[in-house]
Amino acid sequence: MLEEILITARSNPHIDPVLEVWNWQISVYLFLGGLTAGIMFFSALMQVLNKDEEAPFAANGLALLGPIALSLGMTTLFLDLSHKLFVWRFYTTFQPTSPMSYGAWILVLFYPVSVLQILSTLRKGYPVAVPYIGRVPLLPELLDWLEVRRRAIAWMALPIAVGLGIYTGILLSAFSARPFWNTGLLGPLFLVSGLSTGAALTALIARNHGERSLFTRIDIGLIVAEMLIVALLLVNLSTGARPQLEAAAKLLGGSYSAMFWGAFVAVGLLVPLLLESFELRGLMRRVAVIAPVLVLVGGYMLRVIAVDLGQETTWINYESEFNPQLLERLR
Amino acid sequence: MARYAMVIDTKLCIGCADCVVACKTENKVPEGLNRDWVVEATQGTYPKLETEFRSERCNHCSNATCVTMCPTGASHHWNGTNIVLVDPNKCTGCKACISACPYDARLIMHPEGYIDKCTFCHHRVEKGMDPACVSACPTKCMHFGLLDDPNSEVSQLLRTRKHKVLAPETGNDPNVYYLI
Ligand code: SF4
Ligand code: SF4
Repeated sequence: MLEEILITARSNPHIDPVLEVWNWQISVYLFLGGLTAGIMFFSALMQVLNKDEEAPFAANGLALLGPIALSLGMTTLFLDLSHKLFVWRFYTTFQPTSPMSYGAWILVLFYPVSVLQILSTLRKGYPVAVPYIGRVPLLPELLDWLEVRRRAIAWMALPIAVGLGIYTGILLSAFSARPFWNTGLLGPLFLVSGLSTGAALTALIARNHGERSLFTRIDIGLIVAEMLIVALLLVNLSTGARPQLEAAAKLLGGSYSAMFWGAFVAVGLLVPLLLESFELRGLMRRVAVIAPVLVLVGGYMLRVIAVDLGQETTWINYESEFNPQLLERLR
Repeated sequence: MARYAMVIDTKLCIGCADCVVACKTENKVPEGLNRDWVVEATQGTYPKLETEFRSERCNHCSNATCVTMCPTGASHHWNGTNIVLVDPNKCTGCKACISACPYDARLIMHPEGYIDKCTFCHHRVEKGMDPACVSACPTKCMHFGLLDDPNSEVSQLLRTRKHKVLAPETGNDPNVYYLI
């Protein structure tokens, strides 16, 4: 037996009894970052392939949602900072060993390319805006110029989309201190999940029937890929050393099992996979909104589980006997 | 890198927590926060039990993951030594360093929000003094000095006594040693 207890008071907020410095703000940010990657990826892909006929919404309207989703995510990220006035410090430096620093700069790369992408598709994607555009001097000329270059812009957007999607996973996997995160599988997992939520969102919004079934098919492929990576992650954790085994135990019967198997694997992967394959066979068309909504829910649950469970896994485990509430009684 | 180390004799430590109080006083650590703490580790089965007291703090790792993860350079090695400090004017409070520390040795400084931690009392070390915890220990079980100097007290103790560091498998290369 080895029992280690803290005999002096230590109840550092957010660190004791288990680490929880990152909460919903980070899960929401990682989810929206992945979703944005999916949005930019599929809009750029359809533009590169000139799929205006088959996927009119993805090729022309979808890109506008990217900066909206990402800006929401960056807002929650900002809410999480505990020394907010110094947020500009991200941009006075580049730290080559810190994934978060790469992320900060990828976010900066995203906006200008996204704006170009939106402008180059604005008139096609949002015909209602055309009369207003005419009133702004030089804007129609600018749009003419950009529309011709839509494909080149899309080629710039693709690597940024992939970079953004994979970075949200690498951000966590680079923490050697947190055994659950410390696996290279997290990057691909978050990328595929982000693409899957992007495809689901497109299937949800697209009005054209052909486009909806195209993105339903894409999403099925992505869900299957995601399940494979999840399976690999479980194999990886349950064949690891003690800290990984402890993380695996939380998923396989421990405190995160219900959330992981219920809310993520069943609700977020299996059920939408079934519904989407029914849909392709022409069954249950009227409830076609359910599958993409579940995929979005599943994507968020994955981030919640990753952020919360990851912080709980550690190299050092103390039982803290100190109960700060008792101090109040002394007053 | 000049390496400062702390060497703590678990055979002498009685778990009185004077080091904890000394740190709070010296560094004006806000109420409710701790930069150091004492752990009691009991091993074995009754009646053959062994107890060890350990005064713990940031290990001022030579390969500090808190420093590599910091996106702004706020977490840094002080003056080319292994002493890890946080520059409040660069810290965004993103808390990456807290997640990156395998020893859970960092804390959020309230109410300002920047990250705070053990500094090995570098303001005293600069003047050639020992950290406050080391000076305060009534059993004189704590020692501080340069590992690079073979004649320093810490180097001599590590040469002659059996010792360990916490969770060396983290790969962080911690610099707080425990004599066992
Ligand atoms: S113990 Fe933690 S906070 Fe201290 S240097 Fe090592 S990694 Fe950083
Ligand atoms: S909280 Fe501050 S010191 Fe810690 S990683 Fe973020 S910027 Fe660096």
